[in-house]
Amino acid sequence: MATLLLQDGTLIKGKSFGFEGEKKGEIVFNTSMTGYQEIISDPSYANQIVVMTYPEIGNYGLNEDDFESDKPFLSGLVVKNYSKKDSHYKANQTLEKYLVDNKIPALEGVDTRSLVKKIREIGAMSAFITNRDLEEAEIKEKLEELKNYEVEKNIIDHTSTKEKYIFNSSGSIDIGFIDYGTKRGILESLGSRGAKLTVYPCNVSAKEILDNNHAALFLSNGPGDPANYTYQIEQIKELLGKLPIFGICLGYQLLALSADAKTYKLKYGHRGGNHPVINLENNKVMMTSQNHGYAVDLENLPNLIRPTYKNLNDNTLEGFEISSLSVYAVQFHPESKPGPNDAKIIFDEWFNILQGKINEVNNER
Amino acid sequence: MKDKSLKKVLVIGSGPIVIGQAAEFDYAGVQACRALKEEGIEVVLVNSNPATIMTDEEIASKVYIEPLTLDALTEIIKIERPQGLIASLGGQTALNLAVELFEANILEEYNVKLLGTNIESIKKAEDRELFKNLMEEIGEPVPKSEIVSSFVEAKNFSDKIGFPIIIRPAFTLGGAGGGIAHNIEEYEEIVNIGLNQSPINQVLVEKSIAGYKEIEYEVIRDKNDTCIIICNMENIDPIGIHTGDSFVVAPSQTLTNNEFQMLRSSAIKIIRALKIEGGCNVQFALDTKSNQYYVIEVNPRVSRSSALASKASGYPIAKIATKIAVGFNLHEIKNSITNKTTAAFEPSLDYVVVKIPKWPFDKFSQGDRILGTKMKATGEIMAIGREFCACFKKALTSLEEKHTGLLKRGFEKLNKEELLKELYIQDDRRIFRLAQALYNNEDIEQLHKITKIDIWFISKIKEIVDLERSLETEPFTLELYKKAKSFNFLDSEISTIANVDIKEIEKLGITASFRVVDTCAAEFSAATPYFYSTFFEQDEIEEFKSKNKTDKENILVLGSGPIRIGQGIEFDYCSVHAAQELNKRGYESIMVNSNPETLSTDFDIASRLYFEPMNIEYIMNIIKKENPKGVLVQFGGQTAINLAEKLDKKGVKILGTSIESINATEDRKVFEKLLRELKIPQPKGCAVTSAARALSAVKELNYPVLVRPSYVIGGRGMQVVYNDEELLTYITEAFKFSSEHPVLIDQYLEGQEVELDLISDGRDVLIPGICEHIERAGVHSGDSMSIYPSQNISRKNEKILVKYATKIARKLNIKGLANIQFIIKDDEVYVIEVNPRASRTVPIMSKVTGIPMVNIALSAILGKSIRRAGFGVGLYKKTGLVSVKMPIFSWQKLNRIDPALAPEMKSTGEVLGVDRNYKKALYKAFLAGGHKFSKSKQRVLVSLNDHNKQPALPMLKKLFKQGFFIMATWGTHKFLERNGIPSKMIEKFMIDKLQKRMKNGRLSFIVNTPTTGKNSQNAGFQIRTIAQMYGIPSFTSIDTANAFLVAHKTFDKNTKLTYDTITNYRKKKFFKLFRIK
Repeated sequence: MATLLLQDGTLIKGKSFGFEGEKKGEIVFNTSMTGYQEIISDPSYANQIVVMTYPEIGNYGLNEDDFESDKPFLSGLVVKNYSKKDSHYKANQTLEKYLVDNKIPALEGVDTRSLVKKIREIGAMSAFITNRDLEEAEIKEKLEELKNYEVEKNIIDHTSTKEKYIFNSSGSIDIGFIDYGTKRGILESLGSRGAKLTVYPCNVSAKEILDNNHAALFLSNGPGDPANYTYQIEQIKELLGKLPIFGICLGYQLLALSADAKTYKLKYGHRGGNHPVINLENNKVMMTSQNHGYAVDLENLPNLIRPTYKNLNDNTLEGFEISSLSVYAVQFHPESKPGPNDAKIIFDEWFNILQGKINEVNNER
Repeated sequence: MKDKSLKKVLVIGSGPIVIGQAAEFDYAGVQACRALKEEGIEVVLVNSNPATIMTDEEIASKVYIEPLTLDALTEIIKIERPQGLIASLGGQTALNLAVELFEANILEEYNVKLLGTNIESIKKAEDRELFKNLMEEIGEPVPKSEIVSSFVEAKNFSDKIGFPIIIRPAFTLGGAGGGIAHNIEEYEEIVNIGLNQSPINQVLVEKSIAGYKEIEYEVIRDKNDTCIIICNMENIDPIGIHTGDSFVVAPSQTLTNNEFQMLRSSAIKIIRALKIEGGCNVQFALDTKSNQYYVIEVNPRVSRSSALASKASGYPIAKIATKIAVGFNLHEIKNSITNKTTAAFEPSLDYVVVKIPKWPFDKFSQGDRILGTKMKATGEIMAIGREFCACFKKALTSLEEKHTGLLKRGFEKLNKEELLKELYIQDDRRIFRLAQALYNNEDIEQLHKITKIDIWFISKIKEIVDLERSLETEPFTLELYKKAKSFNFLDSEISTIANVDIKEIEKLGITASFRVVDTCAAEFSAATPYFYSTFFEQDEIEEFKSKNKTDKENILVLGSGPIRIGQGIEFDYCSVHAAQELNKRGYESIMVNSNPETLSTDFDIASRLYFEPMNIEYIMNIIKKENPKGVLVQFGGQTAINLAEKLDKKGVKILGTSIESINATEDRKVFEKLLRELKIPQPKGCAVTSAARALSAVKELNYPVLVRPSYVIGGRGMQVVYNDEELLTYITEAFKFSSEHPVLIDQYLEGQEVELDLISDGRDVLIPGICEHIERAGVHSGDSMSIYPSQNISRKNEKILVKYATKIARKLNIKGLANIQFIIKDDEVYVIEVNPRASRTVPIMSKVTGIPMVNIALSAILGKSIRRAGFGVGLYKKTGLVSVKMPIFSWQKLNRIDPALAPEMKSTGEVLGVDRNYKKALYKAFLAGGHKFSKSKQRVLVSLNDHNKQPALPMLKKLFKQGFFIMATWGTHKFLERNGIPSKMIEKFMIDKLQKRMKNGRLSFIVNTPTTGKNSQNAGFQIRTIAQMYGIPSFTSIDTANAFLVAHKTFDKNTKLTYDTITNYRKKKFFKLFRIK
């Protein structure tokens, strides 16, 4: 039997269907009913063991088009029932094979609902996933390890691109893009709207970006505690006001921190494709795709920052703008993948603003 | 926020239950009424269907049980002057009426605002051409199609694009009159029928995309333009079979996220373009080899699918749609499940839901079982499981068939070639053929090619089949048993398949655990009392109970399972009332049912809802957890009563009438003895097991005799026979079907049929009223028109009826409800049947008398005296009200079913005509039943069998006198001639000519009494079936025809109908009747 051991001592047995090995990570759950392929390949899940609340996983296999990154960063996958036999005209490999090839342990046959309730009650915890049984002594040892377990401080170093590169070189709008562990969906959403993206590694300096005279800057999603990334925050501080900046997820959190807002850890995060978000300006409601464990503190928001979106479930902040500095950011994922496409309009709006700025600059010239 | 100008709102119901429009609209309507009342709005409800819960006076402020016609609605609007009208919760019927009211300018004239979706949007969604144009405008793909109003136009289209072609008539429900044509002959036939059935004489002909995946989305939109998907659903049967006839799974299983979102976005684009405010259903076809999709259909209202989606997700669509209709936006409505969040979210499921239709083919063995674009199922079941295989297996059990498994359905006898060939047949049994083929190890790819069912589903079904094989062949181990339980195999199945003693299995002590349906996959803590069973997982019942601590005792209410002929919405009415009354009396009510269309499976009704099969093992699982004080079996129809003995054997306390008494009414011999002891006359009869015995038996009984198989629901397979030949035909057929059970032969008394429902506490008996049937005995009571209060029974006989009923109730120590049927022949009262349970007529009798029958029955069951209920004992007093119940049939949906009335029940629903005057009530009943009355000279075809000619004479004279032009078949023509009634002779074999007349609408109705012998080749049968195809009424009992003539005369006299609430009809009492103490 394969085993999942939680920090609080909960021991869960299952059947291994992934890599024959073991890993530690933070245990989180995702409530999306489709999109396991996008989820396992989303770099924001780095160092996390993901529990899928939907019970049938693997049904349509994996295809070439739906990966969100070149390789997975998650530590493990836990499901109720893995479908050995998949069926889809596009499928070219099974979920199992992918997990094995990429050394991701996975468990099936787990009472995922009870596990999710536990996470909901206790909050995010560290956990250990292995393809084998654990002896009593080993359990104690592992629990000790879990107590001290922390997500790697600089996990974004792994999820970010190592080298600068250009995405969509034929694009007409020159945008700088800092990759903290971006989803392909964001790059594609921007590219398809005419952006030529210069994608920088996460340790890029403000100077390098400014030197390149981009029309705007985009900050991607990524894993980990935003407050840890002091270098990145400092660089963004230097960039504020110098060019229009847009941030998603981690990018949003870093923008908030650089504008002196605070972030805090949510009890068990928002991960799924059904999060209702309300636009505070016009009261329009959208269903959004979300994946974050941290939130920007709405209570202690600097005056400069104007909230733009809120989550209808728990009233947490989901978006803000600093119009004087041309800063716009959302916590959720307008690129979806997986999840509803409702928020795609945000890209359009931003491109409109951007086009306006570009026109302004051109007129001044 | 709420529209403050709304003080009073009119809600239109959906009328009688027919195939394609069933209990789901009662569920939706009740939710709507409650949602309106919550907002302090006065609700005026109109519906012609008396079996519904929505027509209860506690649901709406004012209840009109009146025909759903333009005239009635107009008059009611004049009386009530509501500010708003809600039409999107009463199915196609209500929607069409709203359009009529709008077009007649009634809404404008009386300042009534159509709430929710507006007329323009409704038309855009419903009118094929407008819809197609809109889709083209917003760039959503629709299959190549054309609207045609003649076959010539239709042929132009088929010449262009070739076959197969789908034909869909405009504005009909459940796709009546549609179909797929594979060649020009089929095409012509279906197009013509479709043109005829469409109220606007239009059909859509469309390139067939059979084989595509069929996916549905349930969408809600508010006026703030917020759109949410409640649930998507995937049909296991691909495009080609009506979604109402398909196996459906929720959520979709074989779609990638991109496909799911592509269709979701399309659905939202469409609902926005249509500006729908409320619920809407969008159906898509998705290619299996590319991301090409087509929009198939949009329903701008709540539907059967939305009821299913509500139950599948836990999201109350109708309630929220109503709140939107009165002005709220989704984010302003509190989420009643989490009590924290709002209604603006999309449910996430952490389980799988499977729906299987319930077809009437067990009753209509000669019916055409082929499934296509025309819906044939009368009801459906839903099952919830933690994974697909478990859920699918559970769903099969929910069908309440004798065989609960996938295999051993008779297909094991076929050889490879035969089986594969039969797999091409798309009928209700295809899934079982598929399972057998999988058992035989046929190649999955090949099976997919034949059935077009996705390989994922086939593989899952194979997992179930493989497990069954393991049980058969491998040694029985705990591990194997656990695997079987995790797939929801019943212990009884495992015992049979693995050949292990059931006691050994039970000793293993594996118990089910229950999980909560919470809309959010456990992301938030939820307090929904909505459960389903699974195995080997944590149980959430204890947790729920500890959070909701109470010292109340609990009682289990058994529901009635899927809607089928003979067991309809009336039992849901009874179960819901029972649960509510239990709550009121300080008990915790526990509901179990498997039917997603009903109100009983709304988690707002009982203290706790278990969505489970009506099967003894599943119910015992619940009982083990709940440990109820007792079980109520008398409100859930035959389904619940059939479980009584099994529960009793397991030591479960049955509340109300005892098992011994229930058995006494069902065991023929015991029952005969009982009536003899009570000195109550009964028709003579006997049970025979051979043709020879039958022949000797009838020597004593004398023809005509009533023959039927033993143990049946809804009089299945009953028939009246008049001679040896007919008897032998029947007996041979019956024994072919099942030779184990004897055939019962009874003396057939062609007298006045009478029935009554009673409430008894074992001592006292309260009889709300006596109903008299219009059709003479020999027609199933569910198919008879019936009058309350009785009009033609002498006071002497009324007293006798009450005396017999009281004697029987006391003797059987009835606690609760019972129904007794009588025949009065030659002034002698005979008892023919006692049902020790709530009957079909309980909702009607409750409404026409004002006696809350279920509630009083419940207090009797709980040991209270019924005297304390305040309605006295004996026969309850009559009021000024007269009502006529009329059965409604769904012939247009079922091919090759003989519409002749018989002892076997065939109707799917009923309407009630209510007035202070009998003739007007009768007239209203026909109007409510959809009969058209016309002043122009009308042609009528009469064709009578020899038994009926003489008794029909008074009716025939009336027919002539009332100015109908009579056409008659040869024998009938001769008979009319002899009696001086002019008629035009027409040959039975001139079927073609007749068909043309029917098509052209040049025939008003048919009076045709069938010759016996179920010969589907005979001319009468053909005439009747053609008539049903073209929607021409055919009266197969002289008495119905007679009643129609009375109604017609009332119409002819320009009688002005008035409409009133059921409460007011009951008010005017003009005489008090005797009581028996």
